Amino acid sequence: MSELPMKMMPAVSPETAEYWAACKRRELVVQRCSSCGVHQFYPRVLCTGCSARTLEWVRASGRGAVKSYTVVRRAVSEAYAAEVPYVVALIALEEGPTMMSNVVGCDPESVRIGMPVQVVFEDWSETVTVPKFAPAA
Amino acid sequence: MSRSLRGRTAIVGAADTEVGVIKHMGATQLCIEAILRALADAGIGKDEVDGLVTCNSMAEPYMYHAETIAEYLQIFPSYCVSVGAGGGTTFTALHQAASAIESGLCHTVVIAMADSLRSGMTREKALAMQSSTGHPQFERPYGPPVPAYYALIAQAHMHQYGTTSEHLAAVAVSTRQHAMRNPAAQMRTPITVEDVLASRLIADPLHLLDCSLVSDGGAAIVLTSRERARDFKQRPVYLLGVGEGHGHEHISAARSLTTSAAVDAGRRAYAMAGVGPKDIDFAQLYDCFTPVVLIELEDLGFCAKGEAGPFVAAGHTAPGGSLPINTHGGLLSHTHPGNPGSMFALTETVMQLRGQAGERQVAKADLALVHAQGGIMSSHCTIVLGGEDAA
Ligand SMILES: [Zn+2]
Repeated sequence: MSELPMKMMPAVSPETAEYWAACKRRELVVQRCSSCGVHQFYPRVLCTGCSARTLEWVRASGRGAVKSYTVVRRAVSEAYAAEVPYVVALIALEEGPTMMSNVVGCDPESVRIGMPVQVVFEDWSETVTVPKFAPAA
Repeated sequence: MSRSLRGRTAIVGAADTEVGVIKHMGATQLCIEAILRALADAGIGKDEVDGLVTCNSMAEPYMYHAETIAEYLQIFPSYCVSVGAGGGTTFTALHQAASAIESGLCHTVVIAMADSLRSGMTREKALAMQSSTGHPQFERPYGPPVPAYYALIAQAHMHQYGTTSEHLAAVAVSTRQHAMRNPAAQMRTPITVEDVLASRLIADPLHLLDCSLVSDGGAAIVLTSRERARDFKQRPVYLLGVGEGHGHEHISAARSLTTSAAVDAGRRAYAMAGVGPKDIDFAQLYDCFTPVVLIELEDLGFCAKGEAGPFVAAGHTAPGGSLPINTHGGLLSHTHPGNPGSMFALTETVMQLRGQAGERQVAKADLALVHAQGGIMSSHCTIVLGGEDAA
């Protein structure tokens, strides 16, 4: 079997290492500011609400809703071609922050804005596990 | 409050190269060609240029692009800078060049941008460019091609305001009608809303004809101080207002999917010019994808939120409409060589304001607005331009 072309693997940095480590454990984590209580994503060294550096990692419920989506008909590269048509979506997490992801586990045509979704995890390599979302049960 | 740049600088030269599929010139050569044509239009020689702004090229990149172009020409400017991106960056570069002239850093600036995305890119370079959009950890792994980012915006606008695929298609149709009047435009065959809807879906709701072109080409302008502007052979086109707005870089971090920082850019540009949207005779709005034009029409105050789709569908932006948009044919139908894309909106506006736009000349061309955005509705710059009477 010929080697499959590589997907775009996230290049983990020191400030995001805990996020990706949690994904490996099949946990979705976001940052919470212990000074003002706001949740944020993506990971940063400061709270964008109050500028405090008092950020802690908390496990998110993994529940959210589709804020917007598109069905991709022409893949970004060969590595994604087998998945066409695939759904790229913005997910509003229950805790507040928005993240980009794929909606999987359903007919791409059935995805709608406002649709409730739940995180699922996809293993890409020994070290990388990627959070995606499926329709909430 | 800083000093206003209103009417302090003027464009005194403007020109495009051939655009489309240009196999006989590389990106560097296209940049030089654009400069030589703009200088000829202005009626000056290269040694009168003491400021140079370029954008880097994807096909023929240099670490110091503007310095490379200066070296090629053997000019030795006191202000020399290249910008790394296109879209709104083109006009932020113009904003900075006007500021450089006003502060005395230089007197006469050439802004020149060119690239060969169609003919000058290897497969590896094209792939690298496509996959360089988006956050490397939190967006790119999910495989969005460039149209997908804009599709997310379109879908949100449709959901929030009832905008339809027909409304998006109407933008492509209106733009094509302008291109049909421009002999230089790459795409000149008429299209209908049905043609757009029947073209291949790329990323729902965007069809192939909702997406801009991939082209070769370049353009350049000559900018100088108000005091010197009357010494050139062309009627000066004055920079009356300029404003920027910067909202985010990544669409997943946008404060809103349907209202952009074009609101801030427009407000600042109108305030400087002392005009409002009702005073504008025609506009050029960045049209990398059709939904962008709708959001710009709304955010720049030409329509209320949610009304841009019906506004375009009613023909207001087409040739002869109440607000002609993208009179050269835009990125959708004229040309889109990547980073230089916005330059053609600028050179077209100069031709219209001088009354030199030939068959496509708009009837009343005293005051124009030009807007561009870059990133994914991230970074915006609005400029207001007018002739002697408006200045
Ligand atoms: Zn805080």
